[in-house]
Amino acid sequence: MALPDAEALCAALAEGMRTCLHPETALVGIHTGGVWVAERLHAALGLKTPLGSIDVAFYRDDFGRSGLHPQLKPSDIPFDVEDRPIVIVDDVLYTGRTIRAAMNELFDYGRPSRIDLAVLVDRGGRELPVCPRWTAHVLELVSDKNLQLERSESGVLSLRLIDA
Amino acid sequence: MRNPQLNSNGELQHLLTIDGLPREILTAILDTAAPFTEVAEREVKKLPLLRGKSVFNLFFENSTRTRTTFEIAAKRLSADVINLNISTSSTAKGETLLDTVDNLCAMQADMFVVRHAASGAPFLMAQHLAAMGLEHIHVINAGDGRHAHPTQGLLDMYTIRHYKKDFSGLTVAIVGDLLHSRVARSQIHALTALGVPEVRVIGPKTLIPTEIDRLGVRVFHDMRAGLKDADVVMMLRLQNERMQGALLPSPQEFFKYYGLTADKLECARPDAIVMHPGPMNRGVEIDSAVADGPHAVILPQVTFGIAVRMAVMSMLAGT
Repeated sequence: MALPDAEALCAALAEGMRTCLHPETALVGIHTGGVWVAERLHAALGLKTPLGSIDVAFYRDDFGRSGLHPQLKPSDIPFDVEDRPIVIVDDVLYTGRTIRAAMNELFDYGRPSRIDLAVLVDRGGRELPVCPRWTAHVLELVSDKNLQLERSESGVLSLRLIDA
Repeated sequence: MRNPQLNSNGELQHLLTIDGLPREILTAILDTAAPFTEVAEREVKKLPLLRGKSVFNLFFENSTRTRTTFEIAAKRLSADVINLNISTSSTAKGETLLDTVDNLCAMQADMFVVRHAASGAPFLMAQHLAAMGLEHIHVINAGDGRHAHPTQGLLDMYTIRHYKKDFSGLTVAIVGDLLHSRVARSQIHALTALGVPEVRVIGPKTLIPTEIDRLGVRVFHDMRAGLKDADVVMMLRLQNERMQGALLPSPQEFFKYYGLTADKLECARPDAIVMHPGPMNRGVEIDSAVADGPHAVILPQVTFGIAVRMAVMSMLAGT
């Protein structure tokens, strides 16, 4: 299956969001792929609020089954969450469980005025009522495949299909 | 025989001692602790990892710092924490340790944090739980007799890594009452497992166990010689309550030869850090000027202890 160019999708996503953002809007990328996309969007949109990043491992609903991932990244929210519009950014949207975990985590920092979701690819298969406001690409994938965002040594983003 | 702390997948099931744990597991605990330090800066200092779990603090010996930081760690992970006041409990009425454990298991305990005067008490509990088919219940040793105090050893390693970045070029000196110290044993096992090339122990002959050099340490009875060019100075508490017979002439004389003063500390490297597991006996093993001085990292040790205990608890709960 031919996959779209991830860099072009980042640019398209930024264009879709450009006119809709409040000047105080903050982007929060989800580790690891979501942070890469958020970095692209933050630069393209010239936002003044510094970029945030979160690792949702502490909030996952499958912790009891799969334990802690050994390579945890610290969450970094370098702005006041209280009353601020926030856009959660992720690379691939699937079940929606990661997004739920990310929202739970954000609320432990304060009460945002609103939260939106921007994703590079929506691959279907939702298990929770989560709907992104901005999507650069829609793709129906069967459950034994995973779509993964990768970054080359020179920093170029690309999508890859792997077996789940 | 399999390490009794590990399950069949090689994951940490209980934390009983650092002795015998592979470097990968020690490093994984330190790596996991790092993101937990950030939780203390949040508006809501709580993570849902242990939500709905019951953690029983069983302290058969007195403790303030360890028990409190375990309690804070468990509460920040959203666990329900039950502190048993042993001195007024059924143990005082004659109940055995394992009967106490059985009763608490009947109350749906998920994790025990235990401190006991008898070396091996936490191991006995873990063995008993396995025999009862209760492998899902975890045991954390919070100090047993003279044997081990693994979370203290781990938080000390976290502190050293925080300030010195890397273990591979360090000279570490452990000073004082090694004879009675479970902290020192955990520190020595952790330091050698993590690849510290030079671990020294310093103290009077009466307070250094014979054959301790078999753990891979160099023994010094002269403090200045032992401190020479040390990167890390780890002081130990003089454990007066465990002293039997005439091991020491007097606390004053101990301070003269083995108390850490600014003058003696000058033998160590200029950027040396000074650690102490607490509680400190000022004027016995450490001078106030050093304890409150620029080299001391004694209070950061306490703060890091919360993150390290959160990491251990969530790693155990995730197996």
